[in-house]
Amino acid sequence: MEKFWVIFATSIFILLPFTCNSFSLETPTDRRVLVLLDDFAIKSSHSSYFNSLRSRGFDLDFKLADDPKVALQRYGQYLYDALILFCPSVERFGGSIDVAAIINFVDSGHDLIIAADVNASDLIREVATECGVDFDEDPSAMVIDHTGYAVSETEGDHTLIVSADFIKSDVILGSKKITAPVLFQGIGHSLNPVNSLVLKVLSASPSAYSANPKSKLSTPPLLTGSAIALVSVIQARNNARILISGSLSMFSNRFFRSGVQKSGSSTKHEKSGNEQFLTEISKWVFHERGHLKAVNVKHHKVGETDEPALYRINDELVYSVEIYEWSGESWEPYVADDVQVQFYMMSPYVLKTLSNDHKGLYSASFKVPDVYGVFQFKVEYQKLGYTSLSLAKQIPVRPYRHNEYERFMPTAYPYYGAAFSTMAGFFIFSFVHLYNK
Amino acid sequence: MAAPETSTAAVPTLYTNNTLRNAFGGVLSFFILLLIGVLAFSIRLFSVIKYESVIHEFDPYFNYRVTQFLTKKGIYDFWNWFDDRTWYPLGRVIGGTVYPGLTLTAGTIWWLLNSLNIPLSVETVCVFTAPIFSAFASWATYLLTKEVKGAGAGLTAAALLAMVPSYISRSVAGSYDNEAVAIFALIFTFSLYIKTLNTGSLFYATLNSIAYFYMVCSWGGYTFIINLIPMHVLLCIVTGRYSSRLYIAYAPLVVLGTLLAALVPVVGFNAVMTSEHFASFLVFIIIHVVAFVYYIKGILSPKMFKVAVTLVVSVGLAVCCAVIAVLIALVASSPTKGWSGRSLSLLDPTYASKYIPIIASVSEHQPPTWPSYFMDINVLAFLVPAGIIACFLPLTDASSFVVLYIATSVYFSGVMVRLMLVLAPAACITSGIALSDAFDVLTRSIKFQLPGVSSDAEVDEGETNSDTTEARNDEVKAEKPEEKSKDRPSKKSKKKEREHVEKPSAKAKVKTKAEKKRLLALPLEASVVSLLLLIVLGAFYVVHCVWAAAEAYSAPSIVLTSRTRDGLHVFDDFREAYAWLRHNTDVDDKVASWWDYGYQTTAMANRTVIVDNNTWNNTHIATVGTAMSSPEKAAWEIFHSLDVKYVLVVFGGLIGYPSDDINKFLWMVRIGGGVFPHIKEPDYLRDGQYRIDSQATPTMLNCLMYKLSYYRFVETDGKAYDRVRRTEIGKKYFKLTHFEEVFTTHHWMVRIYKLKAPKNRIRGKTMKSKSKTSSTSSSKRSGTKRNPWL
Repeated sequence: MEKFWVIFATSIFILLPFTCNSFSLETPTDRRVLVLLDDFAIKSSHSSYFNSLRSRGFDLDFKLADDPKVALQRYGQYLYDALILFCPSVERFGGSIDVAAIINFVDSGHDLIIAADVNASDLIREVATECGVDFDEDPSAMVIDHTGYAVSETEGDHTLIVSADFIKSDVILGSKKITAPVLFQGIGHSLNPVNSLVLKVLSASPSAYSANPKSKLSTPPLLTGSAIALVSVIQARNNARILISGSLSMFSNRFFRSGVQKSGSSTKHEKSGNEQFLTEISKWVFHERGHLKAVNVKHHKVGETDEPALYRINDELVYSVEIYEWSGESWEPYVADDVQVQFYMMSPYVLKTLSNDHKGLYSASFKVPDVYGVFQFKVEYQKLGYTSLSLAKQIPVRPYRHNEYERFMPTAYPYYGAAFSTMAGFFIFSFVHLYNK
Repeated sequence: MAAPETSTAAVPTLYTNNTLRNAFGGVLSFFILLLIGVLAFSIRLFSVIKYESVIHEFDPYFNYRVTQFLTKKGIYDFWNWFDDRTWYPLGRVIGGTVYPGLTLTAGTIWWLLNSLNIPLSVETVCVFTAPIFSAFASWATYLLTKEVKGAGAGLTAAALLAMVPSYISRSVAGSYDNEAVAIFALIFTFSLYIKTLNTGSLFYATLNSIAYFYMVCSWGGYTFIINLIPMHVLLCIVTGRYSSRLYIAYAPLVVLGTLLAALVPVVGFNAVMTSEHFASFLVFIIIHVVAFVYYIKGILSPKMFKVAVTLVVSVGLAVCCAVIAVLIALVASSPTKGWSGRSLSLLDPTYASKYIPIIASVSEHQPPTWPSYFMDINVLAFLVPAGIIACFLPLTDASSFVVLYIATSVYFSGVMVRLMLVLAPAACITSGIALSDAFDVLTRSIKFQLPGVSSDAEVDEGETNSDTTEARNDEVKAEKPEEKSKDRPSKKSKKKEREHVEKPSAKAKVKTKAEKKRLLALPLEASVVSLLLLIVLGAFYVVHCVWAAAEAYSAPSIVLTSRTRDGLHVFDDFREAYAWLRHNTDVDDKVASWWDYGYQTTAMANRTVIVDNNTWNNTHIATVGTAMSSPEKAAWEIFHSLDVKYVLVVFGGLIGYPSDDINKFLWMVRIGGGVFPHIKEPDYLRDGQYRIDSQATPTMLNCLMYKLSYYRFVETDGKAYDRVRRTEIGKKYFKLTHFEEVFTTHHWMVRIYKLKAPKNRIRGKTMKSKSKTSSTSSSKRSGTKRNPWL
């Protein structure tokens, strides 16, 4: 019996993080951020990135990655809302943190930013792999682009590359267009095309490849062209967001400030797009943008206001839900014309687009199909960049009661007539038969 | 108590005080019937005494749940009950798909008791409904047999029925199933039919229709009545026994009975639409034609009648042919020829196994084995032929009905085990007739060969003495001889009465009667010996019935016991598992299991199930069967699409419980494969053999049922020895990827698994176990791809 209790307790322990999502519905934006660094020099060399975070109200807590006192949670409570790993070379985290702890941190709904670099440690690679990103297996490989490199004073080995191949999503990258290309120097990664959770935000140009720049290329590189992802984001099923970049230096002050000119191009930008790109994407990762909530799911019969325990077939009903988007400070009505509701029993019987009133209220009115069973109101809203909305509400649909059918049908009057005339005829016949002697 | 009464009643052997004797006989019969009722009730209480007052098996749990609903919500809500907790997500319209007789009966009893301020729980009422109705059934048997062969045979038949093991098996306390009340309704309907046939009274005909209505309410087996009675009517017509009594017994039954039957929601238009009912309408037409012919015959002269007959026959034949052709065309146009699968499997016993695995998979739909006849009706099997012969001496309308009843029920019982239950009353009636007649003949022979005139008393004395020596102060046995000695005088008095009417002269009657009886008499020694043998036979029957009631048929099947050298072991795993579900899962969670456990899960655990014992939707059951026979991932997808949270399997390998899911698994494969052809039975068989040891096929070893049954099984004894299959299992160490074990009962009989949630993240492709060499020997990336030796 004891064994079962242990199993039971452990299963609860494993499930607990899933059940208590860390986003409070009121303010989904992260507040406390733990930054793990290889050494404190990064704190100053990447200060503008950190300052932009701090200016947006984040509480940054800098720790060395191998600090033995570092901990993500205490007494089962997470101490931080997000984690930034700027420690590409760490072989072992200090304290109680290991790969599993970081993964659990994500699986309980927290956000993560990983910046890897050339010679990224196995630890960082493992975390990335768990999230669905495969860094180039060769640890010293870098992304090289002989046509799309950044023009600089020294010719170099073309590892400082320029890319402007962004994902086309205003939600992730902000509505303001990023005009200047982004400087990147580091390792590339690939994504599994069947993985629907991971998005390539910044990809390399078609002429890029991933190889060790110092050794001679003996075999064709495995990662080539725009299949190489430079920066990717992952939105897990519990809406935890992860940013994975193959370059730590792209966050640095130097890259933020430097001008950029793509080889073969005459336009020279005063300032690289790094700052805008990384700031905007951090807003997305830290849920300042693209976070939806659905509240007040209601349904009732047309003309009524109370929610019934079950519907009857062919009832007319109204379904409504309010959807809001988090703007960073407050919940704003979410306006879209592609939210659909399904009336679902093994397959959707009704699929209807919800109309909205621009104040966040989405509603649709439809007729219950002529099929009884246990239905669900389902809203499955998955839009690029937004957190996924998945609402399901079970509602049984019953057939007519015995006294809800028509009592007298006009088409049946011949039958009524036949029945009653037979009865009358029989009565007369009996009467005549019995008393006619 | 009864012995002195008999002697006092028998001392004045003269027929002058016939009325007194009749009165005594009546009172005695009443008390005997009362005792038979008590016997029928009490012999069924073994299950409560040995186990506990609990609902048994599978279907009774559903009936219990429905009764609870009825008592809580009232009859209209029950009628319109749409149950959203079974057959998820289809739901089930309970009110329209259930035979409401049993539920309404128990609900009424409960309501009556409660309004009398007897606060019994619904469960208690349900548990004891079956024993109460078996007492009613034995009284109905008395009524039926009395109409056929007199009160003596009636009492004997009632006593036999009160303890026939076949009936006990379906009506022990706790066996709260339709059959509990339906057998009473069946016998009572038949007895009223015979009563009407004998009296020609419209009153009884109306009662008969109402009894038939109650039967229709109670059980799908009502089709047996509505086919057997027309058969009997047809038999009577064919054998030239048509009478107005027959007409009154039959015509109101068809008209009123069909109207009433159509009122039951589950029957509805079936009462006029399905082939099961066609026979009754056909015979209804025939009896009218015959009645008309008899009427015409009465008013026409013989010559005219002949002319009329030739005219009508030639025209009538043409019309008949046309009508029959239309009928056949109508029936043939429906795919199953208008017959439901269960009825078809009655007519063609191989039908189900060929076409409908879901019917064939039910153990009670299998044909019985020979030993089960001896188990279920015991010595009655030998007495039945004698009873049939007795029915032919003389053959009356009523006794021809009994012969027909026994003949058809023997056939049906040979098709399905469960219809042994229909055979049992017929066997009791015929055996009762046989026993009663045998006693009659034997005691009469003894009486007339003993010296002395006042032989009656001595005979009775001797008989009771011999009985008591045989009987071992068993209450049950003490009653039997008693009743035998009783029915004899009452019967004789009847005979005397009859003769009295025939022959006015009392003296002449005495003489002729005595002569007649002398002629019929057997030798004294032979009579005594066969009397003793009959009593021994009866004693055997009683002993067997008590044994069957106590040992064989009282187990509630949700609690199992086994007796070993260490003592009694109780396996209460089912309730343990259901209680776990009830207390540890969300109220709207869906539990998937094979359909056998559906009713219990909804009733005991109060959780929504996907399929249950009401096997109305073959596709849905096939879906679950397919999931159970699929590998883990495919099964997870099927279950996930049905919103299933938990999967329950029954596993007997640890304690040797043979009716577990692994033994039922081939049916899941067959039923699943019947709808989803990618599941193929041969994939699960090695050379046509079903096995789970190391010779088993990979499909078998990877299917969900195998994995859920045997997950961590090797941890119990280190060898993973399955006690049911008597072998070590084929695959001992494996992990579950899409399911996690959440609960396993004490004896591992029920194992509950939870579907894992979909992964929060999707992992990358890179193998976790990266070899250290690849990281150290940088830029040797291609080396890992190619053969390093080249």
